[in-house]
Amino acid sequence: MQSMALFLPRPSLDALIQALRACGYERVLGAVARDGAITLQALGSASDLPVGVRDRQEPGHYRLERGEGERCFAWANGPQALKPLTFAPRETLWRCERDAEGRLVFQDAGERSVPTAVIGVRACDLAALKIQERHFLKAPYPDPRYADRRESLFLVAVHCSHPASTCFCASTGDGPRAESGFDLALSELDDGFVVTAGTERGAAVVERLELDRASPEQKAEADAEIDAAAQRQVRALPSRNLREGLYARLEHPHWDQVGRRCLSCGNCTAVCPTCFCHAEQDEPVLDGSHTDHLRQWDSCFTAVHSYMGHFLVREETRLRYRQWLTHKLASWHDQYGRSGCVGCGRCIAWCPVGIDITAEVAALLEPADA
Amino acid sequence: MATPRLTVTDALDRLNERPQARPRIAVHKFSSCDGCQLAFINAGEALLQLAELVDIVHFAEAGPMDPEAAVDLAFVEGSISTPEEAERIQTVRANTRFLVSIGACATSGGLQALRNFNADGAAGWTEAVYAQPEFIHSLDTATPVAEHVKVDLELWGCPVNARQVFQALRQLLFGVAPVVDRDKLCVECKRQQHVCVLVAKGEPCMGPVTHTGCGALCPAFGRDCYACFGPAENPNTAALARRFEGLGLLPEAVARRFHLINSHAPAFRTEWLDWQERT
Amino acid sequence: MPDPDRPVEVEVVDRVEETPTIYTLHLRFTDPGVAASYRSRPGQFNMLYLYGVGEVPISIVSDPDFDGPVEHTIRSVGRVTRGMERLQVGDRLGLRGPYGRGWPLEDAEDRDVVIVTGGLGCAPVVSMIRYVLQRRERFGRLTILQGVKHTDDLIWRRQYESWQRLPNTQVLLAADVGGPNWPYSVGKVTVLFDRAGIDPERSIVMLCGPEIMMKASIERLLALNVPAESLWLSIERNMQCGVGHCGHCQVGPYFVCQDGPVFHYPALRSWLGVTGF
Repeated sequence: MQSMALFLPRPSLDALIQALRACGYERVLGAVARDGAITLQALGSASDLPVGVRDRQEPGHYRLERGEGERCFAWANGPQALKPLTFAPRETLWRCERDAEGRLVFQDAGERSVPTAVIGVRACDLAALKIQERHFLKAPYPDPRYADRRESLFLVAVHCSHPASTCFCASTGDGPRAESGFDLALSELDDGFVVTAGTERGAAVVERLELDRASPEQKAEADAEIDAAAQRQVRALPSRNLREGLYARLEHPHWDQVGRRCLSCGNCTAVCPTCFCHAEQDEPVLDGSHTDHLRQWDSCFTAVHSYMGHFLVREETRLRYRQWLTHKLASWHDQYGRSGCVGCGRCIAWCPVGIDITAEVAALLEPADA
Repeated sequence: MATPRLTVTDALDRLNERPQARPRIAVHKFSSCDGCQLAFINAGEALLQLAELVDIVHFAEAGPMDPEAAVDLAFVEGSISTPEEAERIQTVRANTRFLVSIGACATSGGLQALRNFNADGAAGWTEAVYAQPEFIHSLDTATPVAEHVKVDLELWGCPVNARQVFQALRQLLFGVAPVVDRDKLCVECKRQQHVCVLVAKGEPCMGPVTHTGCGALCPAFGRDCYACFGPAENPNTAALARRFEGLGLLPEAVARRFHLINSHAPAFRTEWLDWQERT
Repeated sequence: MPDPDRPVEVEVVDRVEETPTIYTLHLRFTDPGVAASYRSRPGQFNMLYLYGVGEVPISIVSDPDFDGPVEHTIRSVGRVTRGMERLQVGDRLGLRGPYGRGWPLEDAEDRDVVIVTGGLGCAPVVSMIRYVLQRRERFGRLTILQGVKHTDDLIWRRQYESWQRLPNTQVLLAADVGGPNWPYSVGKVTVLFDRAGIDPERSIVMLCGPEIMMKASIERLLALNVPAESLWLSIERNMQCGVGHCGHCQVGPYFVCQDGPVFHYPALRSWLGVTGF
């Protein structure tokens, strides 16, 4: 569903937060400038939002700056996607107790989510969420922990009006307009927000606010800002499907070249909103009476990712980078019917040495005689 | 580079073949600040639990003294820095079924290994520092335990922490090789959702080449990692050093990033030498 | 929603030492309800969990229609399998499974079944050999081609010798390095193909072992006019979840834990032997 557009005056932003709490969302998260970046934190009130804050992002470079005006969503995504809210960076999958006779009892870890509303979700992250749902909830083994946390989320999207230089969602088809997957969507204008509901429960929240309809001028201005945001993007992937091109270049010399620059540090996979690899390990207590079986984020850039007991499938960095890139942009199509990249640009900005996925793809696909 | 878990197997068999169920344990000290032994001593309740599981036959800092005792499992802290230590480590090895070196000094030579880079040896410094240098009997180098005897498991860190030591011990008590996570610090830092201090602040963070295990302590407080856990597996020190130069560090400052607690570790030594030549 | 990550308890009811580093565990579900509903196919695997240590994928060697314990033949290579080596009768483990795709049983019926294995990685095909021998009338000739590096690496030597004496069954063995007690061939497993008399029209071939061996074997088989469509192979990768979530076992587009471990060769052709996948 897509409801009629309403207008939320800027001073009423707090009322939206209150309405979310009143609807049972114990936790309301939003963008907060912290440690030099836009991060997702619990909001006390709308004044916690980064009013007048702008960001500057380049390969391997991210800075917040003071800007003009009252806007609090005039930035592109920070390092953190929705991912940690649904795919926990570390969690206990189950516990096992061993009694004196050596019998094993496996128990649920008992971790349950709290109803959580998130304000300020971008289109790219909604697209990424949809991709991860396909992974973690696919038959025949849907992950109940992921399902529980996903169901606990109420998502307030804010259409992106301020893409960074690292953004390329327009080329992947995932932004800057949030098309679906949200409960509410906002467009930020100087004096307030154009609001649409994407779900019944979203509509129920705005109903409490008794808002007026947005005017045609307000709607036009909001649309124009989103269109301009798409136009302003300076990076792009050459196609939404690079599968054939990359599969044909598995032995391209450029993998060596990028392998020399890459730190294999895993920052790209950690900030990527679609990367799903994780490792499992046991953490027994010292006396051995019980143990926690944990799952935590892993990365195809680690050695242990391809550990085989007697050898590593991917010893060299070039092979690890190739695994990441070809999985993200090629084999993802085979697995999930689309690319695994939503154009959020995080892997470019948060790579400590500024490796740029769009530039690497361009170099790989360049005709040999060029 | 092979992961440590590939190499511990024979010693593990010896450990598992011990005659008694409760392993006999020794904690030995060589050239060090004693800080790694605090992983045991500061563990509180866990230390009491440990005393239920093992027999601690030698641990000078905690009380028991029997340095020559035959044991199943020996923890060694400190580098080999004196002629006496070079001999004593042979005895420690001969008297244990399984040997674990703990901490930067024991695994890489530690801070004191900075003296290894003095081409003229340590004598000049000894004379400059001590009123009666004739009483000082130091080797010209401070070196990791593994350069002297076979080490079955290395736990890096300056200092190691209780979690590291007790998890390894627990796995050995189960009769299996401990997992030694040699991933880059960044992997753990991002699990904890810290904002990257290199990207967001331009700090010369060593996280991308540093062995995880500390729990990303420094980035948690907004500062750059200084590699106290030594090199991670597959560290691309050259690429990180170039990035530091791009952040505005002079070659001497770049070199110094690799020349601190784990200066003797090959990956860091090579990078230091390379940037030292450019100064 | 059921939890695909949580094991159930099993008890070791028998332990057979096959070689100093290979052992077979017979495992009984302690919950009779779980035992009653458990069904596997040859070529599938279980995730076995050693208390406090971790989980590993291990192929199932027992017959799918056998009501008794689940059998696993395990080679000590990593920290978990080395730890499991010390298990005794009465000890408890965790088990999840069965997972993955097994051998193409229906396709194999009424055809000659050719098994090619090398190295020590023969456990996944042993279940298939046993399956054929239990239902002999449903299959044509059974040919087993096994290559090993050293003559001592041949586990179940007596079993091979007993298979050799069965009607309509051919067992050919080769070791890279022969020896005084080795009456069989010397060389790679590929030296056996010419002697095997494989009927390219009637045969279905199932391979398991080091990928380099499988690749070389497949080249020989294709040269003998065995169609690519008649070739199946079982491969191994790091697996931590077994249910297609953890991402470690990917080979190109595939999750080995779900799309494999048994693959139809035409599907895997472009990925087999490509370093890094």
